Amino acid sequence: MIYFDNAATSWPKPPGVAEAMTHFLAEIGANPGRAAHRRAVESGRALYEAREAVCELFNAPDPLRVVFGLNVTDALNLALRGLLRPGDHVITSSMEHNSVMRPLRALESGGVEVTVVRCSLEGLLDPADVEAAVRPHTKMVVLNHASNVVGTLLPVGDVGALCRARGLLLLVDAAQTGGAYPIDVQADQIDLLAFTGHKSLCGPMGTGGLIVGERVNEKEIEPLRRGGTGSRSEYEQQPDFLPDMCESGTPNVVGLAGLEAGVRWVLKQGVEAVRAHEVALTQRLIDGLRAIPGLTVYGTLDAERQTATVSFNIAGMSPSEAGLRLDDEYGIMCRVGLHCAPAAHKTIGTFPGGTVRFGLGVFNTMDEVEMALAAVAELAEEAR
Amino acid sequence: MNAGEYAVILLYSTSHAIRAEKVLNGAGIVSKMIPVPRHLSSNCGICVRIRRGDRQAALQALEAIGLEIEGVHDI
Repeated sequence: MIYFDNAATSWPKPPGVAEAMTHFLAEIGANPGRAAHRRAVESGRALYEAREAVCELFNAPDPLRVVFGLNVTDALNLALRGLLRPGDHVITSSMEHNSVMRPLRALESGGVEVTVVRCSLEGLLDPADVEAAVRPHTKMVVLNHASNVVGTLLPVGDVGALCRARGLLLLVDAAQTGGAYPIDVQADQIDLLAFTGHKSLCGPMGTGGLIVGERVNEKEIEPLRRGGTGSRSEYEQQPDFLPDMCESGTPNVVGLAGLEAGVRWVLKQGVEAVRAHEVALTQRLIDGLRAIPGLTVYGTLDAERQTATVSFNIAGMSPSEAGLRLDDEYGIMCRVGLHCAPAAHKTIGTFPGGTVRFGLGVFNTMDEVEMALAAVAELAEEAR
Repeated sequence: MNAGEYAVILLYSTSHAIRAEKVLNGAGIVSKMIPVPRHLSSNCGICVRIRRGDRQAALQALEAIGLEIEGVHDI
């Protein structure tokens, strides 16, 4: 069995993740931030340690400005719906996932102006095109750090500098890069970083969050949910400080204990080491696929300019048939179709048919890449 | 516990309280998370208890990292 669906959810998880979750359930288990007994405090500590781990990974200065939620979609919704108001203008790219596009389209119908900056066929974004789109009422630029379809990295650091110069907020969707590619929210001048726990942070599903930078005035954030926080309990109004104002209801501490273990594992390996491993696998995969007659490989074709996610098509075979046969006949699990990113597929010219996507991860090996290449070559030969 | 021995630092949330506890531990100040004493009112049900003699050092350590506190009271 070869698991090549890491762009959706990473698997397997590193040692320590399941153990941390089991430990929490069996030995701690109490509600954080409500009671003050010893296990409630332990639970609060587990939650807090997860905040610190995330801050360490992304070089964020203040653990109390990490807002946890369900996943990156939750975090993006909080940032977009929480900060954009009718009359504001927001700029995004044509490579975005629906986790950005759908909230933006809904906001658009409510009076927020949206500009989608066109990327190249390889998925590359020219920061000058972002600059040209800025208007007097532009409030925010939102970009994915890397495409979930072709892995192409967007120049978030350059756009970050531009946003600072023009007084705009930069929101980055780090779903595909967090834990797999170096991110420094201070150096890259990222004001809002949305991350998910279940991909390269190596944690469980149902974990993610938003890092809220110092340039964002939290008093202006409209929370997605209101309710109990364990703080200011004598008031019927929502607290107005982070993280509580955006974290109503009992959090997924069991999941976040797993997330902390995943992030600690990534930190121990070093993001640079994870990246080097993935670059080597990715370049071999790209080169091997390009050598197979009848294959079209999308993106930059340069592992240094993308994540470990590679999209391709086999001439004469639909992505769905290829996906089914790779699974049934070769035990290769991947994802085919549009990957929740119709805009990106339109940009690279694969809409509405979609692509076959191999999402490699830190636990994949060169042997697996070679086996997959042999499998694809057989399918391509048959389809010719 | 002897009356008059301790002070409590009140904080805005449990996350703030746990951050405070970690910072104090790092500064070598003995602290304990306890429920907020009934006669005090706080944003959050939990606070950090320290020895009165450590009050100034504790406040300095928290200020050094920019952690906002709600108040400090002798108990």
